[in-house]
Amino acid sequence: MLKLRSTLLLLLPAVGVIGVFMAIPMLITLVFSFMTANTYGGVTMPLCVDAYVQMLFDQNFDGTLSFVPDYVIIMVRSVYLALATTVLTLLLGFPIAWYIFCQSPARRMLLLTLVTIPFWINTLIRTYCWILLLRDQGLVNDVLEYLRVIDHPLPLLYNQSAILLGLVYTFLPFMVLPIYATLERLDTRIIEAAYDLYVTRWRLFRRVIWPLSRPGVGAGAVLVFAPALGAFLQPDMLGGGKQLLIGSLIEMQFTASRDWPFGSALAIVVTLAVVIALILQGRRSNSGVKA
Amino acid sequence: MMALLEAQALEGRTIRPPRAMIEISAVEKIYAGGEVKALTGINLMIREHEFFTLLGPSGCGKTTLLRMIAGFEYPTAGGITIGGCDVVDLPPRQRSVNMVFQNYALFPHLTVARNIAFGLEMLNWKRAEIAARVAEVLALVRLQTFADRKPAQLSGGQQQRVALARALAPRPQVLLLDEPLSALDMKLRKEMQFELKQLQRQTGVTFVLVTHDQEEALAMSDRIAVMSAGRIQQVGAPQDIYDRPANRFVADFIGEANLIPGPLLGLGEGVVVSVRPERVGLAEAGAPDRLKAELRAVTFLGADTLVECQAGEVPLRARIRGAVHAMPGAVVGLIWPGEAQWLLRE
Repeated sequence: MLKLRSTLLLLLPAVGVIGVFMAIPMLITLVFSFMTANTYGGVTMPLCVDAYVQMLFDQNFDGTLSFVPDYVIIMVRSVYLALATTVLTLLLGFPIAWYIFCQSPARRMLLLTLVTIPFWINTLIRTYCWILLLRDQGLVNDVLEYLRVIDHPLPLLYNQSAILLGLVYTFLPFMVLPIYATLERLDTRIIEAAYDLYVTRWRLFRRVIWPLSRPGVGAGAVLVFAPALGAFLQPDMLGGGKQLLIGSLIEMQFTASRDWPFGSALAIVVTLAVVIALILQGRRSNSGVKA
Repeated sequence: MMALLEAQALEGRTIRPPRAMIEISAVEKIYAGGEVKALTGINLMIREHEFFTLLGPSGCGKTTLLRMIAGFEYPTAGGITIGGCDVVDLPPRQRSVNMVFQNYALFPHLTVARNIAFGLEMLNWKRAEIAARVAEVLALVRLQTFADRKPAQLSGGQQQRVALARALAPRPQVLLLDEPLSALDMKLRKEMQFELKQLQRQTGVTFVLVTHDQEEALAMSDRIAVMSAGRIQQVGAPQDIYDRPANRFVADFIGEANLIPGPLLGLGEGVVVSVRPERVGLAEAGAPDRLKAELRAVTFLGADTLVECQAGEVPLRARIRGAVHAMPGAVVGLIWPGEAQWLLRE
């Protein structure tokens, strides 16, 4: 009895934090998504599902609904970019994590610190730096022109590649760190045992390292995919707002468009997508461990 | 013609000496930046079909030497041949040697059968051959019913046997065992000692075992190399090493030993006499003895009694069968048969 009570007491801070910072805001968002927009921002009664209908249909003058693919396209594009970001951060992040793992303990610490350094600087500023690098008179184009590689500046900024670059750059540490964490827990003797059993380098990766680092890869994928799906800073700044993504769209609803219910409804959809991704990931890693 | 026949007859009579499986010559290891040599002047010949043990306290270099045979470490100087081939520059996967690791190092994501098949798959054996071989070694270690379990679902002793099966599956010329029993409890360890020895006899594979446990080494090995501070102190059969230790370190490390300075027994300086406690007895009152000592403690241990004495500065121990009735503080005479003492030069 005492044990149960102390367990509950010990759980309280965690429950409190999750409640205050997650459950309550989520609940507010959910309620807002079922309310009516106030012209000057905010929400009013009555309750309705207009916000959700709005995602797929446009209301004609006669009151009938016609299908509008605009928002679906934005969602698909967002999911595509988030997936691409996840894959690219994985392709880049795994070798980085492996490289760090192969170093001496002192160098590992140094390299891990280097990986986390970007966290010390505001994302807005870091993203702005990419504009300075990529714009027509930016460092990259200047250097290439100076080296006579190109005559005219390359259109590096304000396109989907620039968005992708920004997303990969921002979220790479979220992939590197969990993968590194699983690699670090790997018993090096298992690798030696594999070498002792005639493994070649590629097969070592394919048959031993990769399956054993899957939990880290899964965690990294979720940590990258979720925020990448909702990102709006990189699409706005590096994409020039030309290619609307769901994150920007949501942000717009709360600022320029002043349609809070619609913004909330979109946010709920994104959250659901992330939750589904999490469940799928959880199932995969579970089966990976048990089967 | 006659001479030739004689020579043939002679050759026929001589017993062929066992062939060398591993030859280690003048091997040294100095780690980068280290001034201390991890291994110095190691010369060792390990025979075919032999159960050979590298025995020594931790940090004596025995594991380094084993890892050199496996190919995980490279000697700074010297040569190693396995089955007649120079292997110094070969990576582990090009050596016909497999290793049982200290904590087994089983692949946690693979079943027992897949663990055992791993080496065979890497060697590109045919599927049917792999299945047959896996079944064979599973039977050898009596784990047939555990083929589909994951390592985490096995007990320590079972994991140990999977590690053995996995290392034996590719039919290596030499099996290396790095403290294979250290993670097991006492009872299981004794069982596994017996099983290991039997497995070695059955398969005929050369076993090279590393251990710090002298009892384990004595119980299992055909021959033992006692190591200390990066050097080999003595190589020999268990009884040789026990009865005729080459130096003070070996005498002290293998079993218990009373090390008595020569002058105490009327011998010269620079000589130490080693006597095993179980060979020491108490002289009857008035009977001649070899050494007088003051009794310090008498501990009854059941089968025998541990008698601790002191002769001058030198502590002495005697294990005497049955009970001993003597009071601490008394002066007793110690006796032992002449063949029980072994002279060591300091």
